[in-house]
Parts: sequence; structure tokens; C-alpha cells
Amino acid sequence: MKHTSSMGKSNKAVMILLILGLSTIVFPLYMTIVIAFKQPSEMTNSISGILSLPKTWSLDNFREAMRVTDFWHSLQNSLLISISTIVLSVLVHSLMGYALGRNKAHSKFYSFVYLFIVSGMFVPFAILMMPLAKQTAELHLANWGGVILLYVVFYMPMNIMLYSGYLVNIPMALEEAARVDGASTWRTYWSIIFPIMGPMHATVAVITALAVWNDVMTPLIIMAGSGENTLPLAQLNFQSQFGTNYNLAFASYLLSLIPILIFYLVCQKQILNGVTNGAVK
Amino acid sequence: MKNDRQRTFMLITIPILALFVCFNTIPLIRGVIYSFTNFRGFGKYDWVGLRNYIDLFTDARVGKSYWFTIKLALVTTVVVNVLSLLLALGLNSKIRAKGFFRGAYFLPNILGSLVVGYIFNYFFTYIIPALADMAGIKALSSSILSSPSKAWIGVMIVCAWQAIAMNTIIYISGLQTVPEDVYEAGGLDGATGWKQFRYLTFPLIIPFFSINMVLCVKNFLMVFDQIVALTKGGPAQSTESISYLIYNNGMAGGQFGFQSANAVVFFIVIVIISVAQMKFSSSKEEQL
Repeated sequence: MKHTSSMGKSNKAVMILLILGLSTIVFPLYMTIVIAFKQPSEMTNSISGILSLPKTWSLDNFREAMRVTDFWHSLQNSLLISISTIVLSVLVHSLMGYALGRNKAHSKFYSFVYLFIVSGMFVPFAILMMPLAKQTAELHLANWGGVILLYVVFYMPMNIMLYSGYLVNIPMALEEAARVDGASTWRTYWSIIFPIMGPMHATVAVITALAVWNDVMTPLIIMAGSGENTLPLAQLNFQSQFGTNYNLAFASYLLSLIPILIFYLVCQKQILNGVTNGAVK
Repeated sequence: MKNDRQRTFMLITIPILALFVCFNTIPLIRGVIYSFTNFRGFGKYDWVGLRNYIDLFTDARVGKSYWFTIKLALVTTVVVNVLSLLLALGLNSKIRAKGFFRGAYFLPNILGSLVVGYIFNYFFTYIIPALADMAGIKALSSSILSSPSKAWIGVMIVCAWQAIAMNTIIYISGLQTVPEDVYEAGGLDGATGWKQFRYLTFPLIIPFFSINMVLCVKNFLMVFDQIVALTKGGPAQSTESISYLIYNNGMAGGQFGFQSANAVVFFIVIVIISVAQMKFSSSKEEQL
């Protein structure tokens, strides 16, 4: 009896600490929303001036921020790059993960290729960026197409490791049965193995989506001269134009966060599972 | 039939491997080659042998960026792991609205670090000094980002704010692997509170601790977005991370060759640290 009551007490203390801790996340978000709606004249240096709600919930800042940053166009580019990268990663990396995962145990060639690609994880972008800027320009890939291609290469080591790790749990018997029925390896892959790897596709899609959507460096280096923006790049490129109008800047920041926030609200469970699987596997 | 299988595997492997070599291996080799030249990013260039590497070790700015980056990585790793372990213990205890709390605490991780950096930049520059003024806290009444000795703390806070979210859910998934009867058995032997954590819980989640260490150190050593958004390497180059210096001076500053040498050294440092960490954590895991 005594035991349970002390349990209840400590849980209450934990709850209170957790709620207090949450303020470190809620406060910055609250301030971002409030500043994004305010007018510059409302930004005074008093407690109420900083913390109060805006006088009117006008969308003017957002309209102006959309115009300045060419929001819809940047959003379109971000979506195009992210979705293409995710689809290509799931198709290409799973296929490669399959070819390497099924052969690396008994073939020196495949196990070398596997180690070769997976060790690409250690290569920092800093060493690739200058040569890649040159190389993509030479190949006329200094645009969103080049960015997608590079993402497919950059996330290959991680994703191949995930896919070939997952394959270990899929019995060979499934493939052998299909072979006896006369199906080719290629067909067996797409009709049996690819669908079975569904949970891993979700993990790969989530971690690739988060990484690509928020990435700044690759588009910054590859697309800099193309006049095109992704959402994060638009924030970087329009910093100078916002000048000291922080309300406009915050409206723009908030706009750029909304798509990923919606994604998180809708797929929270899948995202949490995906990032955990990706890191722990 | 056997031949069909082998041919299919080859036809899959070769083109994808070629793609990887083209956009990972070849640029890597080109980077190493540029590091032996005085290339400025355009025009003609000459071989300079090991000159760039020798200059690298005497260049004060490069030394400063290594010192800053390593200090940031170490301190942030410790802060993040302590806080996220505590948070994970809290979120894994018997509380109400567990799902809500876990979801809410993970939120910072999905937001883009550049925009998060811009938002915190404004907080450090305007809101915190204004609030500190009103509360009469002298030490915080000017922006920490404008102080060469304190700006790195601002960078550390922003990096930690996002990284804690990630590390916490990894620790939670670790804590969930600890079976309930371990605690029950430990409780009989008098292991509660700190003792329980030190001798029962922590040894069982060491693999997750290793994952978090590797993730943290690697991410913080490569810090870039936060620097762009918060300090642009300033004030007085006190927060210039290695990646930022390579980008800034190599891409725009005409030091293509010299910064390539810097990048090669950085690459070697990352490999050494990663291999050492993996060796260390696998030896730890074997002991258990």
C-alpha cells in the first residue's frame, strides 16, 4: 500500500517536470507565431510588448512574405525534390540492398561492393562539395535534377545497410518457391521481396524525407546559380530583403515550417517509428 | 536458372555502383587531387605538393575552427546525452498522456535547422536581452551571439535543442528493451533510484548510448546550418566551424586548393573518430 502511494507521488513530480520542460519547446513556437502575426509597431521592449498576442490576426505578413520569397514556387521545388528522392531511394536502394544482401555472404565481389558503398557514410559533405560544384556544372546538372541525383547517391550507404539488414529476416525459401514456379529473379523481386520489405520502405521514406526536406547545403552548392530555390534556401536567400522587418521574416519562417508540421501531425506514429528503426538498426 | 539469377544481380549492381562511383568516389578523388594544387576555383593552377598541408598546420584561422568545432561537439554531446537520458527516463515512467508527451518532445527534430537557427538568432539578439534587462540580470542583457567568448554557447543551445529530441527517442526505445523483472529482481537486492539506474538500467542500454554518441559527435562535427543562421562564423571568427570555413573560403574565397586540403584532413579526423568510437563501443558491449 505504502509502495503504491509513493509511486503516485513520484509520477506527479515527473509529470510536473515534463510539463515544465515542454515550455522550452512551446515558448519558442509561441513566440514565432506571435511575432509572425504582429506589426512592427507592436514590437516594443516591454514584457507585454514581447509576450502579448497580436492586436489583430491579420494575414498581411504572410501574403507579403509569400510574395517576397516566391513561396509557392519554392514549395513546388521542395516537394518535387523530396518526393522524387524518396521514390528513387525506395526503388533503387532496395534493389541494391537486395542484390548485395543476398550475395555478400558468399561472394567476395558483392561483399567488397557492400563495404565500399557503406563506408561512404564516413565521407563528409565538406570534402565533396567543391568538386561536386564543378562536376555538376560540367555535366549541366547544376539544377534540381542534379540535387535529386546527389541525394540518391548520398543516402545510398545508409539505406543499403538498412535494406540488406532487413533481408536477413526474409527466408530464402520464398524466392526458391517462386523459382520453382518458373518466375525470373527480376519478377520474383518485384512481386514477392519488394512488397515484403514494406516496413523498411516506410523507415527509409521517413528518414530520407526529413533529411532531404530540411537540407540546406546541397541545394545551396548545386542550385546556387540556377535562380531556383527550395524552401530552406529561400529563407537564406531572402534574409537581406527582410531587412529589419522581423515580422515579415517570422511569417516566412512559419510558412516554411507549416508543411513539415502538417506531415508530422498526420504521420507522427510512422515518423517516430521510422527514425527509431533507422537509428537503432 | 542459376545463370538468370547471377545475371540479374550483376545488372542491378553495376549501374548503381557506377552512379555511386561517379558522384561519390570520383569527387572524393578530385578533392584529394585539388588539395595538392593552388587552384582558386577557376583559371589555371599549379601543383604545389604538400604546401597546402604544411600551411594548414600553421594557419591560425584553421586551428581556431578545429578548436571551436571539437569543443562544440564534445560539450554538446555531453549536454545532449545527459538531458535526453533524463527525459527518456521521465517519458518511459508510468505517466498519463505518454503518447502526447513523446510526440511533443520530438517536435524540434523535424524542423529545419536553418529556420530554427534564424528564430533563435532573434531570441538571443532581442528577446533574451530585453527580458534579462527587466529582470535585472546584467550578464544576459547583451546578446550572447555578439560576444566572442560566449557565442559558441548560443550555437550549442540551438544544436542541443534539436538533437535532444532525437536522442531521447533512441533512449526510450532502449529503455523499452529492459524487461520489467530485472527491476523486480533488483528491487529485492535493494537496487532502487540511482543504484538501480547505475547498475541495472544503464548497462542494459549501453548499445543505445553508443548509437547516440556516434550520431551526436558526427552531426556536431559537421555543423553548418546553425552557424549560417546564428553567427556566420563570427564574432571575430570565434564560431567558424570546419564545414563553414571550407564552404566560405573554398567556394567563394578563392582558396579552393587550400580548403580541399583542409577537407581531406577533416575527412581523416572523422574516420579516425568514428572507427575509435565503434571499436570502443563494441569492446564495451562484449564485456556485458
